[in-house]
Amino acid sequence: AAGPGRAGAGRDALREELLLSPLPAGDVAATFQFRTRWDADLQRGAVSHYRLFPKALGRLVAALGVRELHLALTQGFWRTRAWGQPPLQAPAGAELWVWFQPTVTDVDKAWKELSNILSGIFCASLNFIDSTNTVTPTASFKPLGLANGTDHRLLRYAVLPREVVCTENLTPWKKLLPCGSKAGLAVLLKAERLFHSSYHSQAVHIRPVCRDASCLAVSWELRQTLTVVFDSFSSGQGKKDWSLFRMFSRTLTDACPLASQSKVYVDISPKNKENELLEVTPPPASVHEAVVQGDKRTYAVYDLLSPSLFNTSRSLNVQLKWKRPQDSSELPTPILHAQRYVSGYGLQTGEISTLVYNTHPYRAFPVILLETVPWYLRLYVHTLTIITKGKENKPSYIHYQPAQDRRRPHLLEMLIQLPANSVTKITIQFERALLKWTEYPPDPNHGFYVGSSVLSALVPSVIAMKAVDVEQSPLFASLFPSSDGSSYFVRLYTEPLLVNLPTPDFSMPYNVICLTCTVVAVCYGSFYNLLTRTFHVEEPSRDGLAKRLANIIRKFRGVPPL
Amino acid sequence: MKQVPAVPAARSLSPGARSPRARSPRSRAGAERCPRRADAGPAGRPLLRGHRRGAGAAAVVEDDRDLPRRPALRGHRRAGAAAARTSITSRYEMLYRSTTAQEELALHAATAREADAALRPLQDASLGSLTVYVVPETSSLLPQGISVYVGKHRSALVRAGGGLAAFHTRLRQLTQVMSFTASSIAAALSDRVPDGQLGPDARRHLKSSLGYEITFSLLNPDPKSHAVDWDIEDAVNRYVQPVLDKLSLVANFSVDSQILYYAVLGVTPRFDKESSSFLLSAHSLPHVINPVEARLGSSAASLYPVLNFLLYVPERSHSPLYIQDKDGAPVSTNAFHSPRWGGIMVYNVEAPASPQASLPLHVDVDMVRVMEVFLAQLRLLFGLSREELPPEFLVESPGNEGLADWELDRLLWAHTVENIATVSTTLTSLAQLLGKIGNIVIKDDVASEVYRAVASAQNTMAELATGHLHSAFQASKEAVTSSERAFFDPSLLHLLYFPDDQKFAIYIPLFLPMAVPILLSLAKIVRETRQHKKEPTKMD
Repeated sequence: AAGPGRAGAGRDALREELLLSPLPAGDVAATFQFRTRWDADLQRGAVSHYRLFPKALGRLVAALGVRELHLALTQGFWRTRAWGQPPLQAPAGAELWVWFQPTVTDVDKAWKELSNILSGIFCASLNFIDSTNTVTPTASFKPLGLANGTDHRLLRYAVLPREVVCTENLTPWKKLLPCGSKAGLAVLLKAERLFHSSYHSQAVHIRPVCRDASCLAVSWELRQTLTVVFDSFSSGQGKKDWSLFRMFSRTLTDACPLASQSKVYVDISPKNKENELLEVTPPPASVHEAVVQGDKRTYAVYDLLSPSLFNTSRSLNVQLKWKRPQDSSELPTPILHAQRYVSGYGLQTGEISTLVYNTHPYRAFPVILLETVPWYLRLYVHTLTIITKGKENKPSYIHYQPAQDRRRPHLLEMLIQLPANSVTKITIQFERALLKWTEYPPDPNHGFYVGSSVLSALVPSVIAMKAVDVEQSPLFASLFPSSDGSSYFVRLYTEPLLVNLPTPDFSMPYNVICLTCTVVAVCYGSFYNLLTRTFHVEEPSRDGLAKRLANIIRKFRGVPPL
Repeated sequence: MKQVPAVPAARSLSPGARSPRARSPRSRAGAERCPRRADAGPAGRPLLRGHRRGAGAAAVVEDDRDLPRRPALRGHRRAGAAAARTSITSRYEMLYRSTTAQEELALHAATAREADAALRPLQDASLGSLTVYVVPETSSLLPQGISVYVGKHRSALVRAGGGLAAFHTRLRQLTQVMSFTASSIAAALSDRVPDGQLGPDARRHLKSSLGYEITFSLLNPDPKSHAVDWDIEDAVNRYVQPVLDKLSLVANFSVDSQILYYAVLGVTPRFDKESSSFLLSAHSLPHVINPVEARLGSSAASLYPVLNFLLYVPERSHSPLYIQDKDGAPVSTNAFHSPRWGGIMVYNVEAPASPQASLPLHVDVDMVRVMEVFLAQLRLLFGLSREELPPEFLVESPGNEGLADWELDRLLWAHTVENIATVSTTLTSLAQLLGKIGNIVIKDDVASEVYRAVASAQNTMAELATGHLHSAFQASKEAVTSSERAFFDPSLLHLLYFPDDQKFAIYIPLFLPMAVPILLSLAKIVRETRQHKKEPTKMD
């Protein structure tokens, strides 16, 4: 599908891939990846003729001096503990992080402009990204693509945990695909099924990559990924069997004619060595074995471009059956996982606790923790404690940027060493600030979100890994570059927190107005009467009501009337 | 052969009936004047030779009585009061002189085209001015039957003879062709002219803007059977760029292209058995664009209007596809355009000779054919269509640049007038908004933008009145920029201000109880006065 190489407009190629992996807890995760690679330098500004690469994003990159762009829109939370290490996790809500070119003079202005344009392209509320939720991490987010320097001042990172992701975000995302949702794997992307799931995350990654092994020229890569987790256990009457049709209510009939590669991978790794538990139909033409995230895995591969696949039937409906019920006791725990919660009572102070687990039996490894906390939670940095196995754990690197009210959030980055087989507890206390009454969002009693904290680590692998060739290996294994064979990169996001702030009674001003007005009106009325009435000396009435009453009582008592 | 020149030049347009430099009260009335002296040229050639009239304007004022008055153009301001009608008057300033020796030499060329090219470096090339060379009746420079030749630049050759009146008419037609007519100015103001006064063509033109984005899109609804390839980059460099270079004076242009797959038209074409082809009738064309437009993508990175040119390669099951006009005849270019939006061309792919030919069929688009159509559409969208001309007129084709110098002038005249109208509309709306909200806060920078816009607009008018087209256009662009910046300033948002009627609603709890004793005492007073009145009548 590559066009003839011409000067200026380089070759472009599209690869599409679907990875289906049964999760330990019985759910099924489907990860779509669409990768457009364009052998042209977007930055030079000379390129304005687009073929597979979407014009909207290409112009954005060229106009605003973007070196790398990562946008994820997520609904739900990836439960690392039950589902294992995610191929690509994203925090709940919207996440955007961008590296700008060193030529960009005003990074904040470009960032503001970029978030506004992206908000238009993806119909998301990214325009709410401003200085109060933008940070510049120093260590957590390194460029994933080709980069000469890593001057972190060119990086901007923001999370909007309140963002709700739905169909209106999916449609523009699908529109960026060269085949749309008309052909290829994207026909499965039917909104009503995708959002009827436990976890939905769609992302766009743009980065420059090496054109070839010698890396003398730059190519641009656009990856569109979509991860969705179906709860097949509850929807399948207690059975964990699934098929493409049952999940997406569609089947695959062809590959996108523009794609140079179109494959479906199904994770059929045996859980125990001796017994095969799974059965996939139709039988796969080939099997791919790889070490992914420190684990040996086996994948059944269906190549949609091979003509033999559609020989027997017109469509491909991958089915998976469990031969016998799986015992739930054999849930493997991932080596690195974390959880976070907010504790304390009352509306004045509280405490954020993060628990980071390292379940590796004998290897210790460091992890970078990034916390961004909005300014209205005032962190007490002196209360920061990191405790591992009952002892204090001193972080080897701390970067703390205090918040400024209504200007910027807290940023806390730490490099923490996690000993083998340990739980590390990080706590920090905070005080809740009082907001101005106009600063409360609609429904303030729902609470305020605090974005996920980010854990980035090089996790030591149990099995030696081979360095992967990006062009050859499956896409799900090649977003994060692996540095060496002994460890692999993992980025985890913890739960977002919901914190209650002291919320005033918003009807109070009106109540006060009403009360004051009434008092004033009553006073006014009496004064008015006092000033306008004419007073006469009244003759005592002959038969007043009081006199009559008194007479009745007197009569009753037997006393002569008045 | 000797040519006698007359050089009417430096025409002035003064909009809004304000022409500060009007030399006589009459010239303000909008009478168009043709050079009275020019007709003397061909007749009395030896007499005029060497007799250079520098003060053409003086002559102009004297003799406009036998010339028809040009109807004053009426414009409307949309947001302004209905009474605020504006009339645009125009005035030509004529200068006469004889040819110089070099011009004489150039006019000795064999053909009009060569003469035009040779005369180019000799002219003063200021925007908005025209040079008319009057050649003798017997001259062989112009072909037989042609009496007016319009060149590529700002000059024309006019054959003398046929009497004074005929020559007048010719010159008047010529100036209208090469500068502007009432209708071209009306088209520029079409948004402000009430419905029904203008033909459909008037609304075709793009609105004046500081920049335009041109997007070429190749729609391939059937990538399984057609692998379409177009060398758009080369075509843009070769055909579009020269035109845009020329137009760069008018606005900034950016060009890009994209290929959209699985993008279909919104209408299913009708199958015609006779020709075994598919037909799109003219009345279904309006429905074609909408579904495509959703895929085109907006220009997220800029605010300029987008011109879309779509090349549609029909699906295999729907080809060949032809567009029919209103009478049912196929359109020869197989293309149509949508006013202010762009154009669509249908590009049919020949069916392969053998049905067994492997799919997808590789198609290389013939860009010459495509670009011819798109450039013609581009000219239409800018309102540069060649109007119907009398048969004795010969207009030189603009060649590779796609645009003659005088056509550029036409565009600039229209855009300058339109810009001023836009500025006045914007500022009027702004003034209305400010009038509506009494307590609105106007920041200093907004105020200075407004002042700048007004000053630039006045500057534009003054420059127009003196005929300096280029500086007038520049000033009008500044005026538009300033007025838009003031209008779209985020601090001037209607919703930021609390409406007064709601303020009243909040204080109802105060006003209502306070009103009760007042009303009661009022009622009492009324009652007492009535009783007062009754008592005297009783006494009567």
